[in-house]
Amino acid sequence: MDSEKKDIREWYQTAFADFENTLNGGASLPFHAVRKKAIARFAELGFPSTRNEDWKYTNVAPLLKHQFQPVTEAPDIAAESLAPFLFKGLDADRLVFVNGVYSEALSSVSNLPDGIILDTLENAFTTHAETVTQALGKTVSYEDETFSALNTAFARTGVFLSVPAGVVLERPLYILHVSKTDGREFLAAPRNLFLFGDNSQARLVEGHYNLDGGTSFKNSVTEISVGAGALVEHIRIQDESKEAFHFATTQVEQATGSNYTSVAIDLGGTLVRNNLNVHLAEERCEAHLIGFYFGSGRQLIDNHTMIDHAVPNCESNELYKGILDDRAHGVFNGKVMVRPDAQKTNAFQQNQAILLSDDAHIDSKPQLEIFADDVKCSHGATVGELDDESLFYLRARGIGEQEAHAMLRLAFARDIFNYIKIDAVRERLEELVVERFNNKA
Amino acid sequence: MSTENDTVKTPQKSDYDDKFGSAEQQETIEKLTQSDYKWGFTTDIETEVAPKGLNEDTIRFISAKKKEPEFLLEWRLKAFRYWQKMQEPHWPNVNYPPIDYQDAYYYAAPKPKKELKSMDEVDPQLRETFEKLGIPLDEQKRLAGVAVDAVMDSVSVATTFKKELAKHGIIFCSFSDAVQNHPDLIEKYLGSVVPYTDNFFAALNSAVFSDGSFCYIPKGVRCPMELSTYFRINAANTGQFERTLIVAEEGAYVSYLEGCTAPMRDENQLHAAVVEIVAHKDAEVKYSTVQNWYPGDKNGVGGIYNFVTKRGICLEENAKISWTQVETGSAITWKYPSVILKGDNSIGEFYSVALTNNYQQADTGTKMIHLGKNTRSTIISKGISAGKSQNSYRGLVRVSKNADNARNFSQCDSLLIGDKCGAHTFPYLEISNTTAKVEHEATTSKIGEDQIFYLNQRGIDTEDAIGMIVNGYCKEVFMELPMEFAVEARNLLAISLEGSVG
Repeated sequence: MDSEKKDIREWYQTAFADFENTLNGGASLPFHAVRKKAIARFAELGFPSTRNEDWKYTNVAPLLKHQFQPVTEAPDIAAESLAPFLFKGLDADRLVFVNGVYSEALSSVSNLPDGIILDTLENAFTTHAETVTQALGKTVSYEDETFSALNTAFARTGVFLSVPAGVVLERPLYILHVSKTDGREFLAAPRNLFLFGDNSQARLVEGHYNLDGGTSFKNSVTEISVGAGALVEHIRIQDESKEAFHFATTQVEQATGSNYTSVAIDLGGTLVRNNLNVHLAEERCEAHLIGFYFGSGRQLIDNHTMIDHAVPNCESNELYKGILDDRAHGVFNGKVMVRPDAQKTNAFQQNQAILLSDDAHIDSKPQLEIFADDVKCSHGATVGELDDESLFYLRARGIGEQEAHAMLRLAFARDIFNYIKIDAVRERLEELVVERFNNKA
Repeated sequence: MSTENDTVKTPQKSDYDDKFGSAEQQETIEKLTQSDYKWGFTTDIETEVAPKGLNEDTIRFISAKKKEPEFLLEWRLKAFRYWQKMQEPHWPNVNYPPIDYQDAYYYAAPKPKKELKSMDEVDPQLRETFEKLGIPLDEQKRLAGVAVDAVMDSVSVATTFKKELAKHGIIFCSFSDAVQNHPDLIEKYLGSVVPYTDNFFAALNSAVFSDGSFCYIPKGVRCPMELSTYFRINAANTGQFERTLIVAEEGAYVSYLEGCTAPMRDENQLHAAVVEIVAHKDAEVKYSTVQNWYPGDKNGVGGIYNFVTKRGICLEENAKISWTQVETGSAITWKYPSVILKGDNSIGEFYSVALTNNYQQADTGTKMIHLGKNTRSTIISKGISAGKSQNSYRGLVRVSKNADNARNFSQCDSLLIGDKCGAHTFPYLEISNTTAKVEHEATTSKIGEDQIFYLNQRGIDTEDAIGMIVNGYCKEVFMELPMEFAVEARNLLAISLEGSVG
């Protein structure tokens, strides 16, 4: 085991050397020095074991059995093959990444309001060097954590979006990631940077899908800065293949009076780990973290969230719901931190899970760490089965058992979907989830 | 056993420095403290004290001194060898300087205790505390170490009690006595709930435990009285590595009380006790603790480290184990009284009030391990943080794959008094059964200004008002305590909160 870990660590170091050679001009940019430091730091950190409290329930051993190759070039895919992932009736600007590589041909971006910068990170390194250098890595440090270090080392591109103060992005921005492995086990390290100016508004939809059911390792880092009074909705749908390893770290920084909503839906992946951290850095912020996951087979879906109330008068609201079937394993670790002097904080956290099979398993760890006295904080966690009485009610009205189960599950999930304000996305998602339930029922 | 661990001890000056401090009182205390030294070490060190440090010889020495049977020595040595391979854990939410395990005596003959002639000689501060707690005079004398004549009340009470217990076939004695008189029971049950491999401090305790209590309730017997360590006279010197074992046979019932509301001072900083409870079919064990070790002064200097492993097992069906604890003392409290619900339909309960003030730290909670079918557990935890203290609830609810229809309800409330303290909640829920119903709730709040205002208006000063509000907040737990304990616990809470207002 230990030797395996060591070997795979060396593998990524070797892979990094090859990766450097594919960067062409990229290796001469200042960011490359950061990559080098990050790979060195990764070599020191190594992969976490379950003795590490943050990884207590999530064993990364299956990931270490593979030797993932950094992507250099994406395969060509036909525009039609994206159809299942485009929400019918959704009027949005679209950026498409295939295996983590930007595809201009598949993307479509209309004329954006003046001042908005929307580009790939790779381009932004040169076109907006100053802004990027200043902001990138400011909130997610490769120093602290293995997967952030690994992402930083292999970060080639991603989305760079900067919305100036007072600008409203009328149409949602859809960032679509599709994977097609063709039997090659690849590593993608998308790195995104979103900067929302004061009083700006935007809606982001992120989708992660797979075309051929292959094995891949996606390890993304997203940094989001929400300016004073800005309003951001961030919807994330992850439906990768059942062989995919999906690691995502999202760090949100909120300024005075801003409002950030995250809705995270996890359906695919064999080993999924989402770290979502929100730092309420200034007063009167509001953060809503909403999530739903459905695991079947041998999936492991791990959601770690951290809401850091650093200052007084902020509000956070968190609701995660999950359904687990077969041998699936769900992990929820939600932490609410109320720093000294962060008075008048309101923080609510709920985690609910339903187990459909005796081989399914949930580990739930909702935590409160409170250092201020004038606060209202509560958390709750429930684990149970679908309500017998509701089931009876439906059966008594002539609804078949399978369908009744599916209805109740949908009702359970709908609490989450209702947070998605974009109708086209919500409707498609409901369809998708019902499909999954029916397949499993 | 060392008298350093003496639980009944002359109060030390530093105990109450922070609460009472007139020059005159200080002087009295000064005198008392100094005179204490006169009675210092007089015993022959060569023969009565094991050399400093911990090695196999120390353990052989302890075992030989206590004339222990072979199996027990073997067990101690195994525990010691295992302990040597372990590392001290540092995961709890507490901070303390490293402990040097070699820089301590693990066996010392009892040190003669300074005895006072009458209550008048007792430190007035201590007397005041006793009065506030409402402790009867005779009990006060015993606690303060005043010489009592032949008709010492508790002795006679204890003798009467012993007769009564013997009539029912109940064994209730010190652990050492049990080793001599009931080695078969000790061999059968010792380490059956908390094996020496369990954790660092349990291993250390298993290797060097000094004494403790043993309690055995035979089949079908309902223990006619609350068993209290207080009434077991020789429990006085149980020492820093205490070991308690309670066995309830089929259909038996016992309510066991540990500790005392009276303040306790001990020179040993580290206390690593182990408590094991075995409940057979239809048996019920109720274990109540009031812990009020010296918490250190208001600057966080000194104070006891209370690192305890407490665990019960509901071995067969319909068994019930209930833990109730009131934790107000110790600089650091680190313990998780747990229940393994192995038998079908068995029940586990945990009721806790943990209060921290000044620089105290507490990381406490419970573990409910559901293995049997239709098992139920309830967790009610009330944390109160004041001053600059840190108070954490850490609890595990595990429902294993075969534990059909398991139910758990947990409620963990935190109350913060002042804005320099911290309250933390770390629940762990690990569920592998579809029919499980597990609910966890936690809230954090402070004492409302309107509540205090309301009481102030009615002529109740702020300190008393806070005492009343806190007691109301803890009511659910106090209701689980035996009556006289509950009354004392209420007063204790008020005393522990003194000076936390304003």
